[in-house]
Amino acid sequence: MQESKIHLHPTGPLFALVGHPNCGKTALFNQLTGSRQKVANYAGVTVERKEGRFQTPAGVNVRVLDLPGTYSLYPRSIDEQITCNVLMGRATGEKTPDVVICVVDATNLRRSLRIVLAVERLGLPCMVALNMVDEAKARGIEIDASKLSNALGLPVMATVAIQKGGDAALREAIDQALINRKTPSLSTQTLAPTAVENDHKRIQEILSDLLLDRVVPDLRSERIDQVILNPVVGPIILVAILFFIFQAMFSLAEAPMEFIIGTTEQLGSLLTIGLPDNWLRSLLIDGIIAGVGGVVVFLPQILILFFFILVLEESGYLPRAAFLLDRLMGSVGLSGRSFIPLLSSFACAIPGIIATRTIPSIRDRMVTILIAPLMTCSARLPVYALLISAFIPSQEVWGGLELQGLVMFGLYFIGIFGALVVAWFLKMFTSKNSRVRPLMMELPTYRLPRIKNLAIGLWQRAVLFLKRVGGIIMIMTIALWFLASFPGAPDGAVGPSIEYSFAGMIGHSLAFILEPIGFNWQIAIALVPGMAAREVAVSALGTVYALSATGEAAAESLIPIISAQWSLATGLSLLAWYVFAPQCLSTIATMKRESGGWKIPIIGLVYMFILAYFCAWVTFKLASSWLG
Amino acid sequence: MTITEFSLDQAQTGVTYRVLSVHANPHLAHSDQHLKDLGFLPGEFVILKKRALPGGDPIVVRIGSSNFALRRAEAACVLIEQV
Repeated sequence: MQESKIHLHPTGPLFALVGHPNCGKTALFNQLTGSRQKVANYAGVTVERKEGRFQTPAGVNVRVLDLPGTYSLYPRSIDEQITCNVLMGRATGEKTPDVVICVVDATNLRRSLRIVLAVERLGLPCMVALNMVDEAKARGIEIDASKLSNALGLPVMATVAIQKGGDAALREAIDQALINRKTPSLSTQTLAPTAVENDHKRIQEILSDLLLDRVVPDLRSERIDQVILNPVVGPIILVAILFFIFQAMFSLAEAPMEFIIGTTEQLGSLLTIGLPDNWLRSLLIDGIIAGVGGVVVFLPQILILFFFILVLEESGYLPRAAFLLDRLMGSVGLSGRSFIPLLSSFACAIPGIIATRTIPSIRDRMVTILIAPLMTCSARLPVYALLISAFIPSQEVWGGLELQGLVMFGLYFIGIFGALVVAWFLKMFTSKNSRVRPLMMELPTYRLPRIKNLAIGLWQRAVLFLKRVGGIIMIMTIALWFLASFPGAPDGAVGPSIEYSFAGMIGHSLAFILEPIGFNWQIAIALVPGMAAREVAVSALGTVYALSATGEAAAESLIPIISAQWSLATGLSLLAWYVFAPQCLSTIATMKRESGGWKIPIIGLVYMFILAYFCAWVTFKLASSWLG
Repeated sequence: MTITEFSLDQAQTGVTYRVLSVHANPHLAHSDQHLKDLGFLPGEFVILKKRALPGGDPIVVRIGSSNFALRRAEAACVLIEQV
């Protein structure tokens, strides 16, 4: 994953967006700056401040900060701490904002206004963006922005952050705010404990003056929750949703995958005919097409998985799932709050580990960081899909269920189960029994996912994947081709020349460690570049086997080759290895950064390596003796 | 009419209560402050919507127009009365 960097533009006034979680700050930020931050329907999407720039109608260049949502200025977790630090001028490399734009949820004024009063009391100039006025109107809440403005003594602008032009009033008000700008003077008497209750009384008065003190819950969400949160039906729905996703990943991806395979094979044979038989042809066909093509094939499956994760994120279902799973997580010493970071890790462990910042308890956060890499990330998908296609027959079992999809579901399940066992094990050593884990998690209003957001999310994911393919995967593939092609075979050699190359030597020297778990030297070679990115192992195998093959069979796809040359036990053992093995170096680096030291990444590396080796060994032994 | 006071974790599902006060729990650092920040403030109406099975923990409560999942120990910090 890319990381958001804070670029310093010391010129120009600085505005900061502040509000409670899930009130549309990021959507408003996107609307103002035109950048495309990820918008989802759960608290904690913005875990890091993000900066953008835009020009006001009067032509002034301003900087805007999108800050993590917070319920108050008493931070509970690291993401909320970021917001407080910025507002109090304590963030490194950032000045105190010139003006704070308090984003207020029009459907929930009572709660949102408290943070406005808290920011005002800090001594920062502020203005109010009354967001989601469309949704409030639909629920029968009509708010007069100018009356509210008079009551608060602050400028109030109605906005609809998810609509193009829904920020027009705010843009104009920003110019106005720049003209009337006062210098911020931070007050020190902000942290009086009675402040919250006093603010509450004042808001109550304002709301009853404006005839807005009715409580209007969202009836549709209430009705959906009757089913989703039902203690019996809810968990069944949760499992069914996950199960459906893995079935769909196989059945829907079939056609586009065949198309990609067909195209790469055609390209390979065209080049075979068109180019003279020299090293360049070998680099193009055996290196790049066999290697990179082998990874691109899995783009459709990755996009299908992401489509469903995005739909779940946007709809507001995820916190409900966290609620349903809280009990299960509690039994291994975690809370439901760890669920969302762990689910993000199915895409990639890196954003998952960063998302642990929303977990208030430090111990729970460290445990979640340690087990996040066991969630099956999308980089494992090509490896799983390759091995499943090669070793698991494509057939229907139990009335219409796809066996390959079932095995895929099983692998995801083993990862989850392994993570729970590790968490339970850590609970034995680190958890004090008397402690209660904080939960206090908001269940937001359900929203229909917006096609535009889904399209942007999928597009970003596809670009990211193809950039990896064109970058790290391509580089590793070419490097491997060199290692596997030179030096050439000596005169009078019997086997394919790769056996005498550098890669062959590395593979053979690693083979004795990996032989007990059933890996041959080709797999050993593929595991080394796999440390840079897991899916490189697939392209590496593609290159290794393309170079091992003789004559025209080189352009053939990898699946039939490995299913013919490896035993079933080896295939299953490699799958087991991939569930647990610590592989990508950037995950380890992120673990180090987020935990603030080497202890957590080293514990992670050691336990995952031991677990991977042990499970692969058991799998290999059992499969060899039962399946022959 | 007799006014009975009890904590939110003792509430009956589907009944509307009024928040009286919020207290600290020594095992839950700053729980009173955080509950107030979420909106558990004197005079607010609160409904217990759901209890998870088995064990009845965590619970879902509605305060104002927002829904929160709370642990029972967290809910026990909120003192309520029947309306």
